[in-house]
Amino acid sequence: MTTLSQVSSNCDKWITPQIVVFAVLLLSLPFWIEAVGLYQYLGIEIAIWIIFALGFNLLFGYAGLHSFGHGAYLGIGAYAFGYFQHNVGVSLFGGLAAAMVAATLAGALVALFLSHRRGIYYALMTIAFGQVFWFAAIKLHWLTGGEDGMLNIPRPALDLGITQWQLDDNRALYFLVASLTILVTILSWRTVNAPFGRILQAIRQNETRAAFIGYDVWWFKLAAFTISAMLAGLAGGLFAMAQESAYPDTMSLHQSGLIVMMVLVGGGLVNFWGPVLGVVLYYLARDFLGSITETWLLWYGLMFVTMVMFKPEGLAGLLSDLKFGSGKAPAPSPSSQPLAKEA
Amino acid sequence: MALFEAINIHKRFGSRVVLEDISLSFEEGKISGIMGPNGAGKTTCFHCLTGHHRPTRGSILFDGQDITGASPQKIARLGASRSFQLMNLFDDSSVVENIILALPEFRQSYARLNRKVFTHPEFLQKAGLILQQVGLQGLEWQPSQSLSYGNRRALEIGVALAANPRIVFLDEPTSGLGAEATRQLAELIKNLRKKYTIVMIEHDMNFLFELADQISVIHWGQVIAQGAPKELQSNKWVQRSALGEVA
Repeated sequence: MTTLSQVSSNCDKWITPQIVVFAVLLLSLPFWIEAVGLYQYLGIEIAIWIIFALGFNLLFGYAGLHSFGHGAYLGIGAYAFGYFQHNVGVSLFGGLAAAMVAATLAGALVALFLSHRRGIYYALMTIAFGQVFWFAAIKLHWLTGGEDGMLNIPRPALDLGITQWQLDDNRALYFLVASLTILVTILSWRTVNAPFGRILQAIRQNETRAAFIGYDVWWFKLAAFTISAMLAGLAGGLFAMAQESAYPDTMSLHQSGLIVMMVLVGGGLVNFWGPVLGVVLYYLARDFLGSITETWLLWYGLMFVTMVMFKPEGLAGLLSDLKFGSGKAPAPSPSSQPLAKEA
Repeated sequence: MALFEAINIHKRFGSRVVLEDISLSFEEGKISGIMGPNGAGKTTCFHCLTGHHRPTRGSILFDGQDITGASPQKIARLGASRSFQLMNLFDDSSVVENIILALPEFRQSYARLNRKVFTHPEFLQKAGLILQQVGLQGLEWQPSQSLSYGNRRALEIGVALAANPRIVFLDEPTSGLGAEATRQLAELIKNLRKKYTIVMIEHDMNFLFELADQISVIHWGQVIAQGAPKELQSNKWVQRSALGEVA
């Protein structure tokens, strides 16, 4: 069976062939998405949720820390972006920075309480904190607009000093979101394959051993949660810009469950690209199945159950089986050079 | 002077006293053994020495520094590493990654996003030397869970050595090993004594008597005898204790 900790020959690279293909697909999407019967805004949603899912999987798949309340940080990012535009100034970078900072602070605060826990207690506490944030979003009317949410959030222009790029059009906004998605993908790939990411994977496999070789397990768990919340905040800021609003439903348990489902169905537990596949599959299912039946979520749910029962490695595991044969993993070949012999 | 000392260690879990006034001293460059019957408190003693449990009272000194109640990671960073009676490896990771993860150079580079892991010459060089030391060369890229039991034991020791320790605690290293694997392990430990201070908990009396310079016998949470193997071999209490006959 393949695992996330498997080593490939691309592990030590910044840009891999898969990242190039992904970037080409993403950047060319506006030119062909309508030709296949879909629409520009779908691309924005998919790209935003890919950011969210990659950040989430750093925690869920790589560190093995099961958060079921991550929608909260998506929502905090969305509200912070809106709050900045309404109360500080209309600025794209300012808003996105505010979204990331707010989600990072909230994530770090929660992680302070969580990081001594593991297993079911960790998972339950993430739900509890998620619900606290969701409830606060509904009740703090003066800050969030209550159940109505924060409306009329502007889409600020991309101001590069010498030129400005208006983002009112979905296609223009898509290119910004897609560029950030590619950037996040590259950084995520490096993070999970750099020492930090390998240490998280070690902690997932054996916390006790990690501590006894000198790692401050608590600190790494805190860092993983905080980074993951930061990326959720970035996705939330972009989501608020895309929707031109922020509302409590973004922080609900339903949204938190959705990201878990996407990552699991896609195969985030066995492959870096699992979350990406999961997000694409979900949105395609929503649109294609949704155009056939109103009960599309029931069919999607059944597919989830089937996947968990028969192929828990998800879509990525399925594709890996097709490529390498069932039960086999790609041969580990990170380095052709032999290890050093004693002098 | 002793490199590592436990002074009057006492450990209780609720009303149950597991260790009572245990004093141990491990000299630099020597192999020290701890033996005793099942349930004597040997592993609890190791857990206290390596930071897994905080002693209820007493103190632990490592190179003169008081480390009583320090966390396992702090003690590990100071240069004390350990293996476990029940195998404790990173099972999804390759053999070489298990070693690389324990290297202090790797640990210190945790924040470097551009740091290569599997093509980094220094990491590979050091991991290669450790694997050669424990006899696992050629198995570098195997997942550690696919190794034979004896090789997993050797990898446990390799991980402990990779942390560049001054003192290595080995908890029941022969546990589950056959005669041939035990003999190979004895050879390995003989070679390691040139470089490390070693403390071993061991059930196998012959194994311990063959290798150790100094042995402490623990029974019912107390040290009932200490001395060189030859002195202890003729000690009636020790013989009866090791056979579990003391009542």
